[in-house]
Amino acid sequence: MENELLIVLLIPLLAGIFNIFLWRNLSGQKVVFFVSTILMVLAAANLLNSVIINDVITLQSAGWEAPFGISLVADYLSALMVFLTALMGLIIGVFSLFDVDKKRMQFGFFPLFSFLLFSVSGAFLSGDIFNLYVWFEIMLISSFVLMALGNTKPQLEGAIKYVTMNIIASVFFLAGIGVTYGLTGTLNMAELSILINGVDDPNLILLAMIFFFIAFGVKSAVFPLFSWLPASYHTPPVAITAIFSALLTKVGVYAFIRFFTLIFNQESQFTDNLLIVTASTTMFIGVLGAAAQMEFRKILSVHIISQIGYLIMGIAIGTKMALTGVIYFIVHIIFVKSNLFLISGVVNRLKGSFELKKLGGVYGKYPFLGILFVISAFSLAGFPPLSGFWAKFALVLAGLEAKEYILVFFALITGFLTLYSMTKIWNEVFWKKDPKEEETEEVKEEEPVSIKLKMIPVVFVTIIILALGVFAEPVFSFAEMTAEQLLNPHIYIDAVLGLDQ
Amino acid sequence: MEDVLPFLIGGLYGGGIYLILHRSFVKLIIGLIILGYASNLMLFTISRITRGAPPLIPEGATQLTEPFADPLPQALVLTAIVIGFGIQAFAIVLIKVGYLTGDTDDLDKLNTTDRLD
Repeated sequence: MENELLIVLLIPLLAGIFNIFLWRNLSGQKVVFFVSTILMVLAAANLLNSVIINDVITLQSAGWEAPFGISLVADYLSALMVFLTALMGLIIGVFSLFDVDKKRMQFGFFPLFSFLLFSVSGAFLSGDIFNLYVWFEIMLISSFVLMALGNTKPQLEGAIKYVTMNIIASVFFLAGIGVTYGLTGTLNMAELSILINGVDDPNLILLAMIFFFIAFGVKSAVFPLFSWLPASYHTPPVAITAIFSALLTKVGVYAFIRFFTLIFNQESQFTDNLLIVTASTTMFIGVLGAAAQMEFRKILSVHIISQIGYLIMGIAIGTKMALTGVIYFIVHIIFVKSNLFLISGVVNRLKGSFELKKLGGVYGKYPFLGILFVISAFSLAGFPPLSGFWAKFALVLAGLEAKEYILVFFALITGFLTLYSMTKIWNEVFWKKDPKEEETEEVKEEEPVSIKLKMIPVVFVTIIILALGVFAEPVFSFAEMTAEQLLNPHIYIDAVLGLDQ
Repeated sequence: MEDVLPFLIGGLYGGGIYLILHRSFVKLIIGLIILGYASNLMLFTISRITRGAPPLIPEGATQLTEPFADPLPQALVLTAIVIGFGIQAFAIVLIKVGYLTGDTDDLDKLNTTDRLD
């Protein structure tokens, strides 16, 4: 039972190490990468399956009983996130074959990709705050290199900002760990959850909470701390942007959910207000920023911020309905956002640009691509019966039940403005006449075979998005179970500390 | 010792923040390194310093007697230093390549990627 947990982490780690030895053999690297990622998807599905049977699976590394050793814990949320990580790794891995150029691949794209999947899954499974810090750092270093891989000028510029902000976040994270350890004398999340109630100085708990808030706020790009995201996310190749948007900010959100449901779950007016203000401003400023942009990838990147706002909104409300909405929203946004990025990559291949002003007429030539875009874009904006509608519906309903009318107001406005930016992309890229065609007939066309291959992952994700919308019920009931488990932290605590035996 | 270290930590935080507000790449990296040191030292200090009392069980005894130094924060700081070292090494190479490619070491000139155009 414990091995299922370990094997999910070992597969990408070994694949990454193995691929470093295959440095010069690119086709060998591809084979190792795909075999390992397919195995990882299967292992993650197996983990999810056994978590559904056993509720919580724990692994005490080297046999050191919690809280003395490092615990790896998989509850519903962790297992779901690991499964999504592996699945997105596979889908975007397939896409990257046709998107990332050979030079980048030769400089370690595949090993880095494996290490990224390894560290992101590790962060989801960690049951120890210092261990979480270590996973974060592995994740950061692989994402730093992926971000800068290729050495183009905008990439380096974006990478400098990204690296700076994330190092500062790590410094805060470490300080938060220090304060927490000084207060409670433990690093194990489960034991911390018990011991933090015995600390009689609420101000010091608040201090630790603020440190963690800043650290995770930078990682998940919430309102005052998101500046690195619009500066860097659109610079690397689309496949890398897509995997970043699917995983990296979600790790920050996962850490928010974990810390605020398990550790800092005491009633506190300050924490509530902080989360509410952060959620509203993040949603609104993110969507306004996106509306101002005129470049395909920049619109999508800045949009990530407003979606993070929705997730923080659910955490701020904190009821069972709200957390259900958050879980469903994470699943929805991982697929939809990555798919939109992949579509922007396909459009770039067809037309050779990301600038909205230079694009046009895609729908006329490639109506199928237009339909794929519309499905994802409408899902992002929240049209029924697509997945975004159910996600936002749950959050808004939870907000109304909890009487958080300000949050609901901003959520609805943001949904409306999301539609505005998606319509802008639709008009500029797909609907209007191609500006180039009027000048010259010579438009850079690529051989259709490669484009068709690139479409496979896009079509696959679109099918998932449609299924998420149409068959929302099973996903929702799983999200509801997850929310229930999150709101009853004693299940997690008992499983980790072995109190239930 | 415990009276001196907080001032040192405060000084390091202050110095680090002062340096990262500069426009030069090199000062930015040095500032980040100093911030890292400040956090490491804080992690070390905040979990209480005990001098001259290693956490070893004396011969014949079955458990530790108070006071003894907590070994865990030292292990944590060691890990954090090693990780920080790796990240700093990468950051230094990054600013070097960034300087060579962009032909500037002024952070204010790095404004092309997030500008509206």
